[in-house]
Amino acid sequence: MMTNPHDAILSRRSFLIRTGLIGCSVAASPLLTPISFAAAPGENRLVVIILRGAMDGLDVVQPYGDPAMAALRPTLLAGEAAGSSDLDGFFALHPAMAGLMPLWQAGELGFAHAVSTPYRDKRSHFDGQDLLEAGTPGLGQARDGWLNRLVQHLPDATAQTAYALGHEDMLLLRGAAQVSNWTPDAGLRLSPQAERLAGLVMHDDPLFNAALQEALVLSAAEDAAQMMAPSETMSGMAAPAMADGARQTASGHLRLAAFAADQLRGRSRIAAFSLGGWDTHQAQAAGLTRALGRLSETVLALRDGLGPVWQQTAVLAVTEFGRTARENGTKGTDHGTAGAMLMAGGAIRGGQVLGGAAQNAWPGLAQGDLYQGRDLMPTRDVRAHAAWAMRGLFGIETAVLEQAVFPGLEMGPDPALLR
Amino acid sequence: MVRFDPALAEMRFGNGLSPVVGPPASTQQMLDRLAGPDLAAVRFPVETFTQYRERIIRVQDAWKVRQQQRGSDEAGFARKAVNLEKKAARLDRLRWLGQQMLRRTWTEDGLRERLVGFWADHFTAQGKAGLLRWSATPYVEEAIRPHVTGRFADLLVAATTSPLMLHYLDQYRSYGPNSRRAAQQGGRNGLNENLAREVLELHTLGVGAPYDQRDVTALALLFTGLSYQPEQGFVFRKPMAEPGLHQVLGVSYGGDQARLQDIVAALHDLARHPATARHVAQKLAVHFVADAPPEDLVAHLAARFLATDGDLMQVTAALLDHPAAWTPELHNVKPPFDFLSSVARALALPEDRFDRQNERGLARLLRVPLQEMGQPWESPPGPDGWPEEDTHWITPQGLAARLRWAITWPAMVLPDLPDPRDFATVALGDRVPEPVRFAAMAAENRAEGLGLILASPAFQRR
Repeated sequence: MMTNPHDAILSRRSFLIRTGLIGCSVAASPLLTPISFAAAPGENRLVVIILRGAMDGLDVVQPYGDPAMAALRPTLLAGEAAGSSDLDGFFALHPAMAGLMPLWQAGELGFAHAVSTPYRDKRSHFDGQDLLEAGTPGLGQARDGWLNRLVQHLPDATAQTAYALGHEDMLLLRGAAQVSNWTPDAGLRLSPQAERLAGLVMHDDPLFNAALQEALVLSAAEDAAQMMAPSETMSGMAAPAMADGARQTASGHLRLAAFAADQLRGRSRIAAFSLGGWDTHQAQAAGLTRALGRLSETVLALRDGLGPVWQQTAVLAVTEFGRTARENGTKGTDHGTAGAMLMAGGAIRGGQVLGGAAQNAWPGLAQGDLYQGRDLMPTRDVRAHAAWAMRGLFGIETAVLEQAVFPGLEMGPDPALLR
Repeated sequence: MVRFDPALAEMRFGNGLSPVVGPPASTQQMLDRLAGPDLAAVRFPVETFTQYRERIIRVQDAWKVRQQQRGSDEAGFARKAVNLEKKAARLDRLRWLGQQMLRRTWTEDGLRERLVGFWADHFTAQGKAGLLRWSATPYVEEAIRPHVTGRFADLLVAATTSPLMLHYLDQYRSYGPNSRRAAQQGGRNGLNENLAREVLELHTLGVGAPYDQRDVTALALLFTGLSYQPEQGFVFRKPMAEPGLHQVLGVSYGGDQARLQDIVAALHDLARHPATARHVAQKLAVHFVADAPPEDLVAHLAARFLATDGDLMQVTAALLDHPAAWTPELHNVKPPFDFLSSVARALALPEDRFDRQNERGLARLLRVPLQEMGQPWESPPGPDGWPEEDTHWITPQGLAARLRWAITWPAMVLPDLPDPRDFATVALGDRVPEPVRFAAMAAENRAEGLGLILASPAFQRR
């Protein structure tokens, strides 16, 4: 097994500190069960990427074989006319994801189409993302996230089992189970003297001391990961000026992916982070190309960083809802309902589009087939796919998934999305 | 009676020590200042929601032009006008952030700022769309700030009927199923329980209190009609309101005709409920004293709340007169905004420091650091506000962000940095731990010396 050299230090330190000396709901935490440091909840890995802003599934996995498609999208071309790569004779993949075609051919990339959360009609990003991460049937029914509830049911989970990456406090991983938080640009690069003195002033406060030591170790790990990140992709991206709220610097997603891969090669089994830039109300061709470029590079950086562990990994990229079937007046699309989910990794049974025409499941794009006459009709709850993935990866029982992780979900038939 | 400790009073109930503004001399002085005029609000003004509504009206008018004259030059100008309004609001929100930091830097009435922060978090509201996205400060300035020394019932009514809260928790689109408007719309719109649920769970009784779904539904039915519009702010829309009696916690409210006063009556009853007293007492004790506060402190606060019908001056006085509030050990970790503000206070940040900053500068000095420490400005994760647990804030990345910022920020805002050996006493009074004193002396340069003092647990806890 490949191990991260820092694992033993990290886990032991957090175990001692987090369970022994820090109050805060520890009694209710599964972390208190005796931890064997060699044990981890299996060898499989799950990466969940939240695509914030509503990705247009119809432009990513383009149903160019649907006769209604061309008329709905006069300028947003689909299929070969757009330079897209054919997937199965019915769907084509957006040209900005051409770099992922080798994964598709290797059976390590797949999609689920016409999926949605139970969220309907109000089409608010804010509420839609909350529901996507809470994993409940309705809004306001949980203050924790479904990925945290999964961790609560993993045997021998430690604080390093799951990582929430990025500055935000992701609802997806919030909850009773202890998880780790880090963001690759949080690195501490102190002078040796400052590092020594920081250790001194924090020393007598267990909470501060543990956090400092972890920060120093993670910063070092991150520096190492960054050096291994593929240099061509890094140099090909100019760092753009930061827009308000969007700290998605060009290389940010690559550093995120490299860091996630580094942790997942070690003791971690779950990582989650977000990618933005999907809210393409106007000039979608340019905006979506940028966002998909980042997503593709992220998937490839994960694959490269994970090395042999990629074979045991499933990456799920999900979004709060899809976008209107019809192009709008500003060469973009507006908030819709059903969308698409991306699945990647060696653990995935790729090379297929679930919910597609090949499975006789495609809802169609004719006027009468659309949800409320405007959106792709949802045919499957995206939570069901995520649940089946977790069942396969971590051996979680259906009852736990349907009651605790996704309360009220009916998982339905097995979509066979894993190998 | 406990001995009054001025430095501790300023750290725990104010915004930390300042080299120029002295700490309070007694609890009585703290309470007198609180009962007196709100000087900080006058000295560092921000917009009220009533003023902010003018912006919303302008945007609404511009939208009308766009709709009515689609494709015309006027529509183009209107679109530009909307964009300029958004840009201005975004910038002003950062200016108001600076003003609020300066209030904390220069006030002698630090307890007021802390209470405003506490109650703004208790009644968390955020804008989800349009210009409302940048209106949280005006909401707090108008609906929360004037009421933190008044009755809890008045604060509750002000928050519950504020346009931003009605928007945030979807009340404005909740229709009584048997209301006139719902009938006209053919049942397309219905009840939304969001605000009613949070009023019971977060704002009054607390989640563990004896209420159930029937109370939530009844309160949601009673709340229908609470709405707002840009020209007037809060409005009660009778055609949206559900007629009839609605039983909340065993008391019937309403009648054949829906009336605002029945909603207010229900809020008043919730405000004086023993579960509310207990819930508010627990939250105050957690916020001001420790994540796990002593039970007798909570009981003391709850008793004063009940005995005074939720007089918040009295409840605040109860907090200050209990020995548990004055334990010399520091517990709670300052959340990022409080941490930044207390650093600004310890550095006596000049009051014109943010004056000529543009959006980029304000982002660099204020918005980005808060985000990196895990508390993006006015964007708490949900209606339950920011977490109180120390473990939420002192994560590896959270502490790294604090330490990094503490080393760099003083040099960004001040032309000359103080000598760290003196600054340790400025920031920590006579409570400088030996390792901090040593680090202040042994650091390679002034920036690192200051950063180590400010990042130390002795400064970050209160």
